[in-house]
Amino acid sequence: MANAPNIEELAGREYKYGFVTRIETETVPKGLNEEIIRMISAKKEEPEFMLEWRLQAYRHWITMKEPTWANVHYPPIDYQDIYYYAAPKLKSRPKSIDEVDPELLETYEKLGIPLRERELLAGVAVDAVFDSISVATTFKEKLAELGIIFCSFSEAVREHPDLVRRYLGSVVPYTDNFFAALNSAVFSDGSFCYIPRGVRCPMELSTYFRINAAQTGQFERTLIIADEGAYVSYLEGCTAPVRDENQLHAAVVELVALDNATIKYSTVQNWYPGDKEGRGGIYNFVTKRGKCLGVNSRISWTQVETGSAITWKYPSCILLGDNSTGEFYSVALTNNYQQADTGTKMIHIGRNTRSTIVSKGISAGHGQNTYRGLVKIMKGAQNARNFSRCDSLLIGDKCGAHTFPYIEVRNRTAQMEHEASTSKIGEEQIFYCQQRGIDAEAAVSMIVNGFCKEVFKELPMEFAVEAQKLLGVSLEGSVG
Amino acid sequence: MLKIKDLHAEVEGVEILHGIDLEVNAGEVHAIMGPNGSGKSTLAKVLAGREGYRVTAGAVLFEGRNLLDMPPEERAREGIFLGFQYPVEIPGVSNMYFLKTALNAIRRHRGLDELDAIDFLALARQKMKLVEMDENLLNRAVNEGFSGGEKKRSEIFQMAVLEPKLAILDETDSGLDIDALKIVAQGVNAMRRPDRAMILVTHYQRLLNYIVPDVVHVLLDGRIVKSGGKELALELEEKGYGWVPNGAEKRQPVAR
Repeated sequence: MANAPNIEELAGREYKYGFVTRIETETVPKGLNEEIIRMISAKKEEPEFMLEWRLQAYRHWITMKEPTWANVHYPPIDYQDIYYYAAPKLKSRPKSIDEVDPELLETYEKLGIPLRERELLAGVAVDAVFDSISVATTFKEKLAELGIIFCSFSEAVREHPDLVRRYLGSVVPYTDNFFAALNSAVFSDGSFCYIPRGVRCPMELSTYFRINAAQTGQFERTLIIADEGAYVSYLEGCTAPVRDENQLHAAVVELVALDNATIKYSTVQNWYPGDKEGRGGIYNFVTKRGKCLGVNSRISWTQVETGSAITWKYPSCILLGDNSTGEFYSVALTNNYQQADTGTKMIHIGRNTRSTIVSKGISAGHGQNTYRGLVKIMKGAQNARNFSRCDSLLIGDKCGAHTFPYIEVRNRTAQMEHEASTSKIGEEQIFYCQQRGIDAEAAVSMIVNGFCKEVFKELPMEFAVEAQKLLGVSLEGSVG
Repeated sequence: MLKIKDLHAEVEGVEILHGIDLEVNAGEVHAIMGPNGSGKSTLAKVLAGREGYRVTAGAVLFEGRNLLDMPPEERAREGIFLGFQYPVEIPGVSNMYFLKTALNAIRRHRGLDELDAIDFLALARQKMKLVEMDENLLNRAVNEGFSGGEKKRSEIFQMAVLEPKLAILDETDSGLDIDALKIVAQGVNAMRRPDRAMILVTHYQRLLNYIVPDVVHVLLDGRIVKSGGKELALELEEKGYGWVPNGAEKRQPVAR
């Protein structure tokens, strides 16, 4: 039979964003100690409280051990062999986007994120983070008219120290885990966002993270606060150059939703995944957590994880306020030698709290995909409800799917539902499509997109289209 | 339209078809009958290009071209349609999207403009009437949660939309109650045309009460042992497959 498809035959994939921007970079010396932390803090002209916090985090970090419980495998990381700060050299802080280095603007253009005012994406405000610093934030003034603060984290520390002081570490304390402690000590930039009482943010806010410098880790921090009755939808995208080495990305994201506030947080993560033999790629070790502090508040995480050599992240919700809602919608794809251990934690503390978990794991090549989730119903969480659904899809027979759902219930009124499935893209399914005139590659893409539909419909429109395309590219070559 | 010459094929190293000769002309409806394991479904899958069904000898020409050289999707685009015995479920992919993608792939291949969603919907609505299908099915996922009857009707509906030159219907009658069978037969009959051929693969004569074939073939142990007019089907029904010469005594069970 001519050209019969062989779904076990796996070839390479194309990574579109693998270029390097040639730009002069300023770094601090390699390695980590108190001196380095003081240097980073000084470069950012931080107030004293910030430096103190960093040092406390560092002192705690050195007492901690790297976690080994995740279902991922990698050689030991030498934390003294990483640059903790790298930034494009700037003569002075650019006051407007026109003053930003054209090389940088071009980089973002190549990535499909125009930053120049006349080319801005309508309806999306962008904070562009390049290695350790934010290089531009669009629509800032327009948002300020509504009282919305959207800026780089460094700027927030300087301009809004009270808000930062009040909420920084309130959801993810530096004692939380090894990578969160490391991040707290050395974080360099990220986005800050505050939506005032009763304001519905009229556009999507987004941060685009780009790693450029070699041997450098990116440690950014995002803090989003939605005050009473506020609403915000936030997007995050990530890419990095193709390199043989592994680079560490250890971010922390904290969300705080007050009474009746809603935060929707969407991620399309496309860090460099390594080549088809598993060389290189980003270690994406991230702590993301939201706190539904107020009554009737809602936090919704949607993630599409197609990149990184290793992904370790569990966007979680602490449902403190009565009637608050937490949601987690996830698509994680591992191809070639990628590994992902991802999922969520839903901690029900308030009464009538609800949570929904929909996780779709796709494994191809030698990819290993683990869902790990915890649903915890505390004593006082009267009438809590959870619905969880974890589906795994396997392409070929060298990959793996693993599911570890943990459930802890301490209140008898809780209602829990859990569904799980594992399926394999069958030759029969592909043949059925082919017999109707659709080629094998398009068939796989169609089947996978169908599998992910429940999650994609949670993404903002433009992102959903992007995610579908990304999934197609990531699976390129997974049918022979 | 279709010429099969001394076709031998094997599955997992076991030869199932031991030399099939068959010629189907435009406008004709052929029925291929035979007991379980005689190779009927294997023949259908070989013609459609299913992986794992290996042709070891012989030739198949479709409109003068070597069919065996073409990948399955090209055969489909050239106008071969296989109605599946067990239609496959594709969760999350709507019938509408699936069929529009398929139709446009076929239209592109033939140098025609692609249909947009609106034109496609109009076409689909019209074709659904053929098999009395509910319009809601268009928005449901391909075959997901369909009853046996709905799946078979949906196959005929797909055939009506894709307008093949040669339709091979593999056990389309299996699992259908009499009402559903009539509806399916009605749909098939409505599609008979001088420039279209059909091959009905079936175990029972029952279907042939509603779709009257021009030629009936009896397939036994991987060979066509007898061909005749529509009355052959009735005779078979009455006397059983053992009646056919070289039939029962040579039959051997074949795993399917």
